Amino acid sequence: MIPYYPYSNKIFTMPLNNADVRKVARLARLAMSETEIETARSQLSGIFTLIAEMQAVDTKGIAPMSHAQDVSQRLREDTVTETNQRELFQSVAPQVEAGLYLVPKVIE
Amino acid sequence: MLDSSLQQMGSALRSRKISSVELTQLYLDRIAALNPALNAYLTTDAKVSLAQARAADALLAGGNAQPLTGIPFAQKDIFCAKGWRTTCGSKMLENFVAPYDAHVIGQFNRAGAVNLGKTNMDEFAMGSSNETSHFGAVRNPWDKHAVPGGSSGGSACAVAARLCAAATGTDTGGSIRQPAALCGISGLKPTYGVVSRYGMIAFASSLDQAGPMARSAEDLASMLNVMAGFDERDSTSLQREKEDYARALAKPLNGLRIGLPKEFFAEGLSNDVAQTVEAAIAEYKKLGASVVEISLPNSRLAVPVYYVLAPAEASSNLSRFDGVRYGYRAPDYTDLTDMYEKSRAQGFGAEVKRRIMIGTYVLSHGYYDAYYLQAQKIRRLIAQDFAEAYKNCDVIMGPTSPSTAFKLGEKGDDPVQMYLSDIYTIAVNLAGLPGMSIPCGFGAANNGNPGMPVGLQIIGNYFDEARMLNVAHQYQLATDWHSRAPQA
Repeated sequence: MIPYYPYSNKIFTMPLNNADVRKVARLARLAMSETEIETARSQLSGIFTLIAEMQAVDTKGIAPMSHAQDVSQRLREDTVTETNQRELFQSVAPQVEAGLYLVPKVIE
Repeated sequence: MLDSSLQQMGSALRSRKISSVELTQLYLDRIAALNPALNAYLTTDAKVSLAQARAADALLAGGNAQPLTGIPFAQKDIFCAKGWRTTCGSKMLENFVAPYDAHVIGQFNRAGAVNLGKTNMDEFAMGSSNETSHFGAVRNPWDKHAVPGGSSGGSACAVAARLCAAATGTDTGGSIRQPAALCGISGLKPTYGVVSRYGMIAFASSLDQAGPMARSAEDLASMLNVMAGFDERDSTSLQREKEDYARALAKPLNGLRIGLPKEFFAEGLSNDVAQTVEAAIAEYKKLGASVVEISLPNSRLAVPVYYVLAPAEASSNLSRFDGVRYGYRAPDYTDLTDMYEKSRAQGFGAEVKRRIMIGTYVLSHGYYDAYYLQAQKIRRLIAQDFAEAYKNCDVIMGPTSPSTAFKLGEKGDDPVQMYLSDIYTIAVNLAGLPGMSIPCGFGAANNGNPGMPVGLQIIGNYFDEARMLNVAHQYQLATDWHSRAPQA
């Protein structure tokens, strides 16, 4: 039990069900069949068992480390540094027309 | 010529004993003969390579050569190279021709080097065996039924099989060091921020780092001199004075203090690897080094922490692949969401989807603190363990991988078993430290299988690459493991 994570034990020991996997797949924009969801649930459960080892560690007062070097983000002048290469970049797109990327209609 | 060091190749080129075109053709012929069985290269383009070689020959003839001018290298297919197909091992990018050069590619071009082609890799660098590549697994040149390691398995294989003079790799959790160990070559992951990530297809941005893979520490130093340096196009590139990574190679090792983490020699390490690594440490003692036992108590948490942080960053980085601006788009769909979901489901392989799912889950509402934030806090504890250890030693040594190369398909159905093959390398990425692997012998032969290469991992303090290369080079002067080559 880690007191400053009142819900952490519950999260770590909660088994994944197919509805959880379906929700995550939707958030991740990955189409999955019911068979794939079942396989994913079983494999993800194994991985989350491995991850659950983190639960017992006391990290009170430890600052999160997001980068290896504690340096601040560099800033630069707000000036144009890139040249327009639209045609080159669009040459690798699946579908373009008149300089525009084509996608299915989103507004009726 | 195939066994010459980069320095020897450079002087042969400068003294016109051989031309870059001849040297490039030699490698192209070898690739044509051997690659069908090894699958190390995904793309070659003889016309482009030979044009670069001719340009290098002109520089050499004019006396304008730099150390790597005219030398043929292989580039991991994670680096965008203008005009080259750049797949990252994925169906998603099967037909993607990069419209620009990664910083690393630009550095090799400016050095007058020749690009022999793009090497195979685990899809989006997610894997430890090269089996997740959409284009089929790479074979280990020492035993074609064994994996080469991953994710930079194609580069490791190409170097070991003499299909290039040397190669580039990238390392997020061990992807340079582990395949280097399994293929019997040398590989270096620099301190995070030393080599620009610009144009290197992102996996986990706070961990990804490019580095050289070669046949010796001396060759690694020559390459790092070209690859390292500040680049404003990578927001995490570090502004530091230019340094010569070969400057300390000749230094004797008297007085060197080697830290041996007791956690790296515990349960889970196979006997033959343990014995081979211990023999290497004994050799270092002969060279004048002393050994101190150290402890990295949180290193056992490196794998769980990594499998929260890396997938979280990956799920964010890979959201760019939506079938709109580049990459694969599904042939049939009903609306925009359906197009996204089908394009991503069909374009990504199973391991990539698995990691996107883990990452999406740990970042989702209500879970962020328990997983992501807790992992970031333990990441700091892991980094602090190293800082504490370096008070008593100069470098840390241990095995690179818990076993020698395993068989293709052996760990196919169990992602967790595969993840544990990076147990000794992952902590180094989390801390952002430099790490390398050098060949130190061969494991046990059994059931008619040959003894496979064993890698010695050398972990340095921040920005201590020159010392690590010195430590590796002195060992390579005293032993010949690094010059052993698999039979073609």
